[in-house]
Amino acid sequence: MSVAESASLPSWRISLRLKPLWNGLFGTPLNTVLTILTLAFLAWLLPPLARWLVIDATWSGTAQDCTANSGACWTFVGAKLRFIVFAFYPPELQWRPLLVMVLLVSLLTGTALPRFWRRATLVAWPIVIGLCWLLMSGAGLLPAVSSNQWGGLPITLLVWTFCFGLAVPLAVLIALARRSRMGGLRTLAVLFIELMRGIPMVAILYVAMLLLPMAVPGGQHIDKTMRAIIMITLFWSAYVAEVVRAGLQAIPPGQEEAAAALGLGYWRTMQLVILPQALRQVIPGMVNLAIGFLLATSLLAVIGIFDLLNAARASATDPKWLGFYDETYLVAAVIYFVLCFGGSRYSRWLERYLRPARR
Amino acid sequence: MSVEAKHQPGLTRPGIVRRTAAWWGAWPVAQMLVVAAVIALVYLLGANASATMQRLGITPGFGFLSHSANFEIGESVIAFKAGDPYVRAILAGLLNTVKVAAFGCVLATILGVALGIAGLSGNVLLATLVRWYVEIVRNTPLLLQLFFWIALAKALPPPRQALSALDALFLSNRGVYVPAIMAENFTPQTFWLLGLIAVSYGLFLFAACRRSRLGMRRGLLATLVLLIATGFALPATGASIGLELPVLSGFNIRGGHNLTPEFAALLAGLTVKFSAAIAEIVRAGIQSVDRGQWEAARVLGLHNGQIMRLVVLPQALRVITPLTTSSYLDLTKDSSLAVAIGYPDLVSIINTTANTTGQSFEALAILIGVYLALNLSVSFLMNVYNRRVALKGVHVR
Repeated sequence: MSVAESASLPSWRISLRLKPLWNGLFGTPLNTVLTILTLAFLAWLLPPLARWLVIDATWSGTAQDCTANSGACWTFVGAKLRFIVFAFYPPELQWRPLLVMVLLVSLLTGTALPRFWRRATLVAWPIVIGLCWLLMSGAGLLPAVSSNQWGGLPITLLVWTFCFGLAVPLAVLIALARRSRMGGLRTLAVLFIELMRGIPMVAILYVAMLLLPMAVPGGQHIDKTMRAIIMITLFWSAYVAEVVRAGLQAIPPGQEEAAAALGLGYWRTMQLVILPQALRQVIPGMVNLAIGFLLATSLLAVIGIFDLLNAARASATDPKWLGFYDETYLVAAVIYFVLCFGGSRYSRWLERYLRPARR
Repeated sequence: MSVEAKHQPGLTRPGIVRRTAAWWGAWPVAQMLVVAAVIALVYLLGANASATMQRLGITPGFGFLSHSANFEIGESVIAFKAGDPYVRAILAGLLNTVKVAAFGCVLATILGVALGIAGLSGNVLLATLVRWYVEIVRNTPLLLQLFFWIALAKALPPPRQALSALDALFLSNRGVYVPAIMAENFTPQTFWLLGLIAVSYGLFLFAACRRSRLGMRRGLLATLVLLIATGFALPATGASIGLELPVLSGFNIRGGHNLTPEFAALLAGLTVKFSAAIAEIVRAGIQSVDRGQWEAARVLGLHNGQIMRLVVLPQALRVITPLTTSSYLDLTKDSSLAVAIGYPDLVSIINTTANTTGQSFEALAILIGVYLALNLSVSFLMNVYNRRVALKGVHVR
């Protein structure tokens, strides 16, 4: 559609709703040029993508059909989806990781709803996570499955919730120490936070892999997943502590002074006055952090734990279905995207929800 | 501590002991116990690690650094071959990290600022496209993107059928070929000249900053004149500078600068991931400037470009700069994911060193020390900068 045509279009024909859109696309000469350039870019990008994704794709058949076709191989995804989601977990015991996923997702959904923000939810966290761990490992009652065989989405979710759940209480303590008037504790907290925030997560995972086994007293063997969980918890707690500290700083000093005037001690002041206000302010920040952490769990692949990403990659090394990397990465990307995009939408909603209460 | 201080409390500063005690705060003994417990724990873990190493027949200490490393490094800024000492291998890894991080920061900034501006352009279609780009990039793991980029780099056609742009850029499965800047035949005079130019340019910038007379335009003009003058002066000393384009010859591409597939994939991944972050930062920074500022500037008769340059950007930069710096730090830290796609960065070399020597304690200590030094120095500079640009009279902790 040309510029001249748009100018001659009678304005009354464009309804009120479409007017801003029209201006946004063809309002000024610059805008028109930008629109045309963007359309050209999309015309260059979309048809090949659509061809690969849908038109030339293989929807049924074998790996040979896929190599014959130039498009995506969705039969591969159909055949390997079980592996991408559950990795090497014994297929006959698959209901256990499935149940773990259901439990964790309901725990997270429950925690996300302000209706369930009460003490019972706090109690539910350790119980549900402990239960998930028992379900995964078997623990005497069920057939045991070694953690080497755990994998896929359940391990991603489990490590994520486990570490985040442990990191938050730890972080609150660290943030309080960081803000305390006791120099010794404050120095320790600062050192810990700066140390953890200064190094990459990969380095922390290597510490878990190489150093922790040597440093454990008595040379006891700790499970690889457990070691990763310990170090990741410590690592994340430094980041959460900085967010909590921001919340603590936002509380006016009058609150603490008023509590002191009422005769409350330090812990009761914190528990009843400061922390409820401070934590409420930083909930959206924590949700954003949690989303970043979910993406960061993919680094478990570096130390050979079969999380979702590593399982997806391994699925394309099956000799029967060799080299369908694009398809498998796309599936993993969609799973991560749905979880994280949903999370960031939720965080935005939460910010609006919490705003009136803050004033 | 002087005698008067005791006689007139409050008039003089308390002594060092008093101040330390005040800084240490309440519960002094309990705090000391906690600190001692933490130190003891760290010591215990260290002692255990050292005992384990001795049991495995490894001598603790940094002596291994001078031993010869029997592995090859895929690519390196400095010359390295199997048999060179470990310290040189680690240095090569560090330089590789610095290389990819530096290029990544520059490219991510360029792309990110462009995307941020595109998002604010007011064009609905373009803004929506940028929005989706940012959402998709932000909500998928960097490692996944790196796997995608390395798969893409390996799946490119062989050199003979390489994809080329303007005959200057070639994409093939042996890497990306870009034009190289060739500087040859450097004589001692050339170095003298370059040194002289660098010193005088530094003095010029210093003087200009001190007197704050240097406008953006004049500064750029001066720099440009200097660069052109350098370009003319260099051949006089015998040096030659030129651009070498890659050319297809036979089964391979010759000339130009070759980026290995690993480097190209890592650079592309970091650039894309952090361009999304920087686009968001730019958008947030510009939107953080109150509408009233725009309106007031328009009332004063400034046009849009002037408003942006003189009113909005200086204020937006207060928000943008610290966030961008922390993005740069994140980018540097995230370049450690190179280990997953086979680019020999610091982490990858440290990992190989730890595995071949068994000295994982020392190797990881070096790794942590390097990253920590880098981060702390940048955040120190950042704090200095923040104090300078912070609004006067407003104390931000």
